[in-house]
Amino acid sequence: MANEVCLRNMDLDRPWLLEQYKSRGGYQMLTKILTEKTPPDTIIEEVKKSGLRGRGGAGFPTGLKWSFISRNAPGQKFVVCNSDEGEPGTFKDRDILRYNPHQLIEGMIIAGYAIGATLGYNYIRGEFWEPYERFEHALEEARAAGYLGENLLGSGFDFELHSHLGGGAYICGEETALLESIEGKKGQPRYKPPFPAHFGLYGRPTIINNTESLASIPVILEKGGEWFKDLGVENSGGSKLFSISGNINKPGVYEIPMGTPFAELLEMAGGMKDGRPCKAVIPGGSSAPVIPGDMMLDLTMDYDAIAKAGSMLGSGAVIVMDDSNCMVKILERMSYFYYEESCGQCTPCREGTGWLYRVVHRIENGQGRWEDLELLEDVTKKIAGRTICALGDAAAMPVQGMLKHFRDEFEYHIEHKRCMVGA
Amino acid sequence: MSEEQTVTIEVDGRELKAQAGAMLIDVTDAAGINIPRFCYHKKLSVAANCRMCLVEVAKVPKPLPACATPVADGMKVYTRSPLALAAQKGTMEFLLINHPLDCPICDQGGECELQDVALGYGSDVSRYVEGKRVVKDKDIGPLVATDLTRCIHCTRCVRFGAEIAGVRELGATGRGEHMTIGTYIEKSVDSELSGNIIDVCPVGSLTSKPFRFQARAWELTQFDGIAPHDSVGSNIHLHVRRNEVMRVHPKENEAVNECWISDRDRFSYVGLQSDERLTAPMIKRKGGWTEVDWPEALDETARVLKQLHGDQVGALASPASTLEELHLLQALMAGLGSNHVETRLRQNDFRGKAPSFPWLGRPIAELETVDAALLIGSNVRKEQPLLGHRLRKAALEGAQISYINPFEIDLNYAADQMVDTPFGMLADVAGVAKALGATGGLIDSAKVDETHQAVADQLKQATKASILLGNIAAAHPDYAILCGLAEKIAQASGATLGFLPQAANSVGAQLLTGKGNNAAEMLANPCKSYVLVGLEPAYDFWNPAQASAALKAADSVIALTSFRSPSLEQTATVMLPMAAFTETSGTFVNAEGIWQSFSGIVRPAGEARPGWKILRVLGNLLDLPGFEQESSEEVLAEIRENLADKKPDNSLGDELPAQQLSQTSGLQRIGDVPIYAVDPLVRRSMPLQQTHDAIAAAVYINANEAGKAGLSEGDRVSVKQDGHQATLGIIIDSNIPDGAVRIPAGVAGSETLAGQFGQVTLEKA
Repeated sequence: MANEVCLRNMDLDRPWLLEQYKSRGGYQMLTKILTEKTPPDTIIEEVKKSGLRGRGGAGFPTGLKWSFISRNAPGQKFVVCNSDEGEPGTFKDRDILRYNPHQLIEGMIIAGYAIGATLGYNYIRGEFWEPYERFEHALEEARAAGYLGENLLGSGFDFELHSHLGGGAYICGEETALLESIEGKKGQPRYKPPFPAHFGLYGRPTIINNTESLASIPVILEKGGEWFKDLGVENSGGSKLFSISGNINKPGVYEIPMGTPFAELLEMAGGMKDGRPCKAVIPGGSSAPVIPGDMMLDLTMDYDAIAKAGSMLGSGAVIVMDDSNCMVKILERMSYFYYEESCGQCTPCREGTGWLYRVVHRIENGQGRWEDLELLEDVTKKIAGRTICALGDAAAMPVQGMLKHFRDEFEYHIEHKRCMVGA
Repeated sequence: MSEEQTVTIEVDGRELKAQAGAMLIDVTDAAGINIPRFCYHKKLSVAANCRMCLVEVAKVPKPLPACATPVADGMKVYTRSPLALAAQKGTMEFLLINHPLDCPICDQGGECELQDVALGYGSDVSRYVEGKRVVKDKDIGPLVATDLTRCIHCTRCVRFGAEIAGVRELGATGRGEHMTIGTYIEKSVDSELSGNIIDVCPVGSLTSKPFRFQARAWELTQFDGIAPHDSVGSNIHLHVRRNEVMRVHPKENEAVNECWISDRDRFSYVGLQSDERLTAPMIKRKGGWTEVDWPEALDETARVLKQLHGDQVGALASPASTLEELHLLQALMAGLGSNHVETRLRQNDFRGKAPSFPWLGRPIAELETVDAALLIGSNVRKEQPLLGHRLRKAALEGAQISYINPFEIDLNYAADQMVDTPFGMLADVAGVAKALGATGGLIDSAKVDETHQAVADQLKQATKASILLGNIAAAHPDYAILCGLAEKIAQASGATLGFLPQAANSVGAQLLTGKGNNAAEMLANPCKSYVLVGLEPAYDFWNPAQASAALKAADSVIALTSFRSPSLEQTATVMLPMAAFTETSGTFVNAEGIWQSFSGIVRPAGEARPGWKILRVLGNLLDLPGFEQESSEEVLAEIRENLADKKPDNSLGDELPAQQLSQTSGLQRIGDVPIYAVDPLVRRSMPLQQTHDAIAAAVYINANEAGKAGLSEGDRVSVKQDGHQATLGIIIDSNIPDGAVRIPAGVAGSETLAGQFGQVTLEKA
């Protein structure tokens, strides 16, 4: 049941080449749509039916997002792919770019056809040089084969696609900051509304989707929305890529159906390193609140189950920690990340992330005060929900999660001015 | 969004009507409901970044920023509910953790938005025990001081630059806490509107460099005034402490200057304290100046004037003189039997009929709604900065703005610029006229090129278009022909003809003066005696060499002046200390024809007296009728009575004036007056003189012309014009056309030369 969608060609030799992709039926869906002139609404309906939810982390239904664009509005519209993949722990889109770039290209062309856009951009994380080169190579192949450019396959439909290498800022993974960055401006999120569907790249209607979401499109259309939906569970259609890392034996990217028990995923990943107990898991990238290991082992990997446990499936970045980890130290590192990556535009995040980091840093270094715990919680509440984008929430949630489940370690640090782990 | 749709919302239980789509904060502001804010500014784009204006909206779980939330029918808003207050207080705490709280030594203390809002939303004790952020200050020029540690990152200054000043000089670099305002590469902020960032900055991060550490806000008393440096007539607030003007701020007037003022209007006040202020009457005796008391000075002046009659005396006054001064000057001269009173000191071509009430042609505020405009001989951005700002707004809305100038000007929006020598300009203007189907004079022989046709088409197709003549045109040796052609263009295209008057009271002066000999005539055929009001012979005349010679040759020169200056001391025989614009009451008529009166708000320097009072007393001493006024208001009442039926009128008469061109060969001088050289006060404001816009006298020449003459950048050349000479440096400037050199007027170094325009020769010194 694994590797059904985005990683389905992993068994091939050099699967990133056009000929290999085509050998598995690649670009057939696009050819079919262009020759049969499939009505765009039919495509959007099929995507809606598949239950595909945004794979970048927010989980917004992809088909619904596409339907917000008024296809017949005059002027340019854009398809933008978010391959910025900056969420700590996440490295799934990198593998799509490296091993299956043509499926992403095909998905983006179909998306362009569906919303009436003739131009697309793939915004690739600045550090992804190798995936960027691979994707660029795939673009050249696709252009040469007539899948990109003017009058694709004689259909009269034009579509051009460019990649754009980012500059290394986490915030540019936020969709509107990403658009600003493509426009050549400082990567700062825009206040929404208006949403990109109405005011996107260069002020034009734009859909912006995650790499995995777009790469899933050709398979969804080939095998049908129902098929995709049935791979997963209620409210979490399809399969999903999980990038699992931490104290495990086989860290890597695994494509499994939604709703697969975490225990199974852990087993696929070779189980815990040195057989140590699973102390804690961050199930959806560093922004997701931590879940204690024993609790996690009873959960399935889908939106609802993880949400019920008080966290988020997010981008599917599973960080597994064993009992050798000090949770204060872990939080210090994560808080430092958000402090460094806050764009600085709006007050609560700019000032709050630094405050959070400094307090956690003090606690970790044995200078914590009892009132700091309450202070931390209060500061997170003053950040969350009051910022322009979700980075503020992302900085607040890990703190809240850690204090909820591992408060004793913080208290130990304050009282004994040293770590509980290894004590 | 339908514009006219009205919705009803409820704010804190109060029902409010609002236009659909309006931002909540605008609606609450209009209703007098206060929502705290920092980044919001009604003239700037919405940033929603400070998060201070978060309010509760029913059915929305998170607090929303009032500045970025459009109102919708039935919306229920709570600005002071527990949710809203918690959000506002939360933001306040965040803003304060890294703010230095150095209010006692901060220039903004007492008038700081952060301080004010902290009083209502802040806590008396900080929970932040970590070290605070410190940011290195940057030197961004002589006008604005930075103290970036105090910055709260609202980005108002950045948005002001991008959206209003039209130059992206400031930006926010760095991420998160490391974000800082700056120029990226060290440089000064040079916009002619840059001082407004001091006002938009809610904290003490950007303060006035000339004013800083001089006074506290609560020591200052605020008075209204009218800015005296251009024809906008910007409304200003003068802040006074112990009889000294400490600083100038804009006074909001949407119809005139909105909420902005130019740097020239903001920082010229520094010149009021110049060491060169004339503080006592002085009489030249045996070649030296002697300080005398007023009775003696006035008796002497009256004695001199009494000996004169009729045409022997001429009066030359600054076009920034008040209506009251000009009225009494006119009356004084009339009493002496002369009608030679002139303020158009930077004009040389007086052919043709002058309009009876020359003005902008439309209200100032309407300038931003034109679809097309053709500016002839104008660097409006530097000459009348806030009119330039209105035109920029029009351009951003899609208006086609075109210029015909003798050199390429620096603009902050897209515009067509036709650049040609002063005489080539005539061909361009005639070309546009011909493209519109006009005939007569130069037009018949003009060639129409693509640009002329394009501009003509834009003007014709526009529903609202202006043809505007600027300061460079007014100084042009064939100004009368330019005016005639401009009128032809206006008639043929349906556009409105307008003038961009030079000085604060250029329009008003035209209503009262100009009935006798004009300035050119008065100087070409020297009078026996002159009365000068508010000017410096070296810098305020079209032809300073000729003016100085004429004044030197006169038997007597009575100068009413606020400042001593070498050129005045060489030429005058009596200097009477006149009050500066803050020390006298008076009235200016601005470009739109609005009469704006102001009061004296500080005592004149030393023994100086308001100009109108000096003139009135002189009238009394000469036993002339019509000098019984007790106050400037009485003078004004007389003027109003005399001019009751005057309506703005730009008509020039139908006939094109004499088509004889003054000169057509050789290297032509372009003698524009730089922005900070326009009048004696501006020339004495040190901060303004330290800016990049305060250019020095030099020969600006393009590389091609320089090559032909064997000159290169930095060379010293001897410039000869009409028998006069100056030695100046060469600056290579690609904005100057072939066949011309730009040698600015009104600045030290070029005052020994002749007219602002005319043939010059260059010779390596």
